[in-house]
Amino acid sequence: MATTAPPEGFDVHADHAHDDHDHKPGFFARWFMSTNHKDIGTLYLIFAIFAGIIGGAFSGMMRLELAEPGIQYLDTFTKLFGATNPDFNATLHTWNVLITAHGLIMVFFMVMPAVIGGFGNWFVPIMIGAPDMAFPRMNNISFWLTVAGFCSLLISAFVPGGLGIGSGVGWTVYAPLSTSGSTGPSTDFAIFSLHLAGAASIMGAINFITTIFNMRAPGMTMHKMPLFVWSVLVTAFLLLLALPVLAAAITMLITDRNFGTTFFDPAGGGDPVLYQHLFWFFGHPEVYIMILPAFGIISQVISTFSKKPVFGYLGMAYAMVAIGVVGFIVWAHHMYTTGMSVNVKMYFTAATMVIAVPTGVKIFSWIATMWGGSLEFKSPLVWAIGFIFLFTVGGVTGVVLANGGVDDVLHDTYYVVAHFHYVLSLGAVTALFCGFYYWFPKMSGRWHSEFLAHLHFWVFFIGVNLIFFPQHFLGLQGMPRRYPDYAEAFAYWNHISSVGYMIMAASLVIWFINIIYAYTAGKKAEDNYWGEGATTLEWTLSSPPPFHQFETLPVIDDKAHAH
Amino acid sequence: MLGKNDTGALKALKALGLGLALMLAPQAAMAASPAAVEAAPVETLEAVPAPGQAIETPTEEAAAEAAPAPVERMKPTEGKGMPVPGGIGLQQQHSQLGEYASWIHNSVLLPIIAVISLFVLFLLLFVMAKFNRRANPVASKTSHNTLIEIVWTLLPVLILVGIAVPSIDLLAKQFKPAPEEALTIKVTGNQWFWSYAYPDNGDFEITSYMLNLPGYPEINAGVRTVGEGTDSDGPPQLEVDNRLVVPAGEPIRLQITASDVIHSFAVPSLWFKLDAVPGRINEKVLQIDEPGVYYGQCSELCGVKHAYMPIAIEALPRAEFEAWVTRQPGGTTKAAAAAAAEAEAAAAAANDNAAAAEAETAASDGEPAAAETESAE
Repeated sequence: MATTAPPEGFDVHADHAHDDHDHKPGFFARWFMSTNHKDIGTLYLIFAIFAGIIGGAFSGMMRLELAEPGIQYLDTFTKLFGATNPDFNATLHTWNVLITAHGLIMVFFMVMPAVIGGFGNWFVPIMIGAPDMAFPRMNNISFWLTVAGFCSLLISAFVPGGLGIGSGVGWTVYAPLSTSGSTGPSTDFAIFSLHLAGAASIMGAINFITTIFNMRAPGMTMHKMPLFVWSVLVTAFLLLLALPVLAAAITMLITDRNFGTTFFDPAGGGDPVLYQHLFWFFGHPEVYIMILPAFGIISQVISTFSKKPVFGYLGMAYAMVAIGVVGFIVWAHHMYTTGMSVNVKMYFTAATMVIAVPTGVKIFSWIATMWGGSLEFKSPLVWAIGFIFLFTVGGVTGVVLANGGVDDVLHDTYYVVAHFHYVLSLGAVTALFCGFYYWFPKMSGRWHSEFLAHLHFWVFFIGVNLIFFPQHFLGLQGMPRRYPDYAEAFAYWNHISSVGYMIMAASLVIWFINIIYAYTAGKKAEDNYWGEGATTLEWTLSSPPPFHQFETLPVIDDKAHAH
Repeated sequence: MLGKNDTGALKALKALGLGLALMLAPQAAMAASPAAVEAAPVETLEAVPAPGQAIETPTEEAAAEAAPAPVERMKPTEGKGMPVPGGIGLQQQHSQLGEYASWIHNSVLLPIIAVISLFVLFLLLFVMAKFNRRANPVASKTSHNTLIEIVWTLLPVLILVGIAVPSIDLLAKQFKPAPEEALTIKVTGNQWFWSYAYPDNGDFEITSYMLNLPGYPEINAGVRTVGEGTDSDGPPQLEVDNRLVVPAGEPIRLQITASDVIHSFAVPSLWFKLDAVPGRINEKVLQIDEPGVYYGQCSELCGVKHAYMPIAIEALPRAEFEAWVTRQPGGTTKAAAAAAAEAEAAAAAANDNAAAAEAETAASDGEPAAAETESAE
């Protein structure tokens, strides 16, 4: 661990395994130069909450504008970004900035940092019985590069980007809108933020793969690893293989924009559709990068509160591997309308539908885990059951969209928006809250209010369904995505959707109150507060765990990790 | 449109009422049949430019001046070829492939996904009721059952194969190329308007801008406001100054490209969406069952006015389409071109009798029909 001299007062050689009161570095060294996986995990979680508030505020601005037909608020929003007397075009440009920033923030700076950086950092080393990550300093730079990337993205919202302020190219950054179609430095800042976030994720992925392969405690074989560790392992491989392709694609965007290359410019022999192939070769694995760790969290939670081991463990682990592998060969289903040949379209239709099989295995295995169990409806289980249902709804609309011929009418409509928000906003985010309530007392040592956690669930569940279910209707009726304004016929369901947003926002207030409650009045959490069903190694440690755990490695015997 | 503060439900009711009122209006009722084109009220004629008259920056004056015989364009039928207020399903389809695809969605995919979702919901409710701590205090230790794992792997495979059969069939049909003699129209996406060229009809080009919206700043300079001086306009945000005019009931070869960034040419009620990519020509067959006006919107983010470059297709009977073509500057029908060619050929004493005869029949078929339509208008 300490191959270089640690900073002053940074005692990494603390011998007292369970003495977490001493030997912590000072505030600055602990939080700004951290090499401790739990502290870095905490930093990631705080960062993800912060970014999520900003990304969520952007979506609130969007739903406010869409509550009624016409352009009502964009002018005000434009002034927020620093424009004085914006013309109508600059006002409309702000809409594109909002959709771009919302997408990029939620994907790269909220979901990924939370599931992989936050929960992954916190619990992967503990669950495999390791003292820390394999490369603690690289872990640190991963986090701070993510922060730097976020800053670059925020800067992009305040500098000129074509007809207005900010980068309005969509989170997919399609050329030529992002090259010849967007003058000004804003889009360069947005692209550079992806470089930074991508580099951070690649380093994180290397760290997780190395840790999981090399630092498992004695007896912790691959096939004994908790499913959350499996999910992060598969995710790390997806990151490692997909992100370099994104890095290449957006580097070509940068050189097309600034150095006169024509990778994506037909005038110089380039091809705009090439960019889409490269982007989605990354972009499709990316959606599994966001959802696989969520699968892992759900598996832990379902097993814990059923008081049963996960049903079909090997099937569950290899279903994730299968999803990861197949996830790399389906990318062009995002591009059905770009004008591909019939054979290509048929192949991607068939390949995409194959993904439903391992996903179905996971859904049924979770239900089978609960079958015969002794379910205790603590808040994490309620969130997990909510996840299974919402993810199923999002999954089946994915099967509809997989059909190339049917997608001709649904592509780039609100049906797609509804689909991916059901799997991400309702799927991945529900799993995030599930993991939060499952592990929050472990991480903080304080109990949240279970009542507020249940209330949070129900208000959130009603809110998000009200936001996104009507968007299926809008999409089927033909309302295109990324529109700040719409024909009168779309007004009814848009209004309902915006009402849903307010309910969802209220649920977040409940969540914040719950966190405040935990830190001000919450009871102290025991070591294993969920009881007999919680069998993974984090429950053998105190709550919160010692600053350095497992200085004597735990030994995993055949009786699993029961304690 | 702007600044309404009432609730969504009220708005929908109002919109429905408005739609109802429109449908009861005599002109609207007549517009339900294609014959309404001819019956359109005379007093609106001068105020409105004929579709496709204005080429560069259209002004009403220039358009009216250039038009040899100003005509009222087709009035769209409420709810046909456009979204309906509060609608929850696919738009009514007006092409054969659209009807087939719509059937696949409504009768194959939707029931399957609804049943799967409800099945999962039922299983969840069942385990919650049957296997909670009170009902089942001691958890079983079962964690494997090879048979059921095989079943829940293979069963989805069978369902997916069931979906794949019509789905692949639909794809094959969608990619059937247009017959050699089909009309070709070139569609170009621009920031932020569409232009339509008719290479088979003298290669004239028309540009299509969204009509300006009441209560908004001017979106397209020199374009009139929707509903101004005519009652033949469709819904605001969907209606354009010059529609893409096509013949109904026959396959049309649309060749789609873009001049700046990527756009996407989409018409939901015709099951049509194809990206307009600079440097590429994408081709797809469009066949519209019956005359009518069909609306769509750009479906690929293309910059600030992405939401304000709709598509409006006016499908006319063949004869009326040809009449429309001949009214365009430089517009000519195949029949007229053939007649001209025949005259030339006769003068040069051509020896290919078969070709000449063919041109003659075509000319005798086409010309009177076109003349008839014009006189009727």
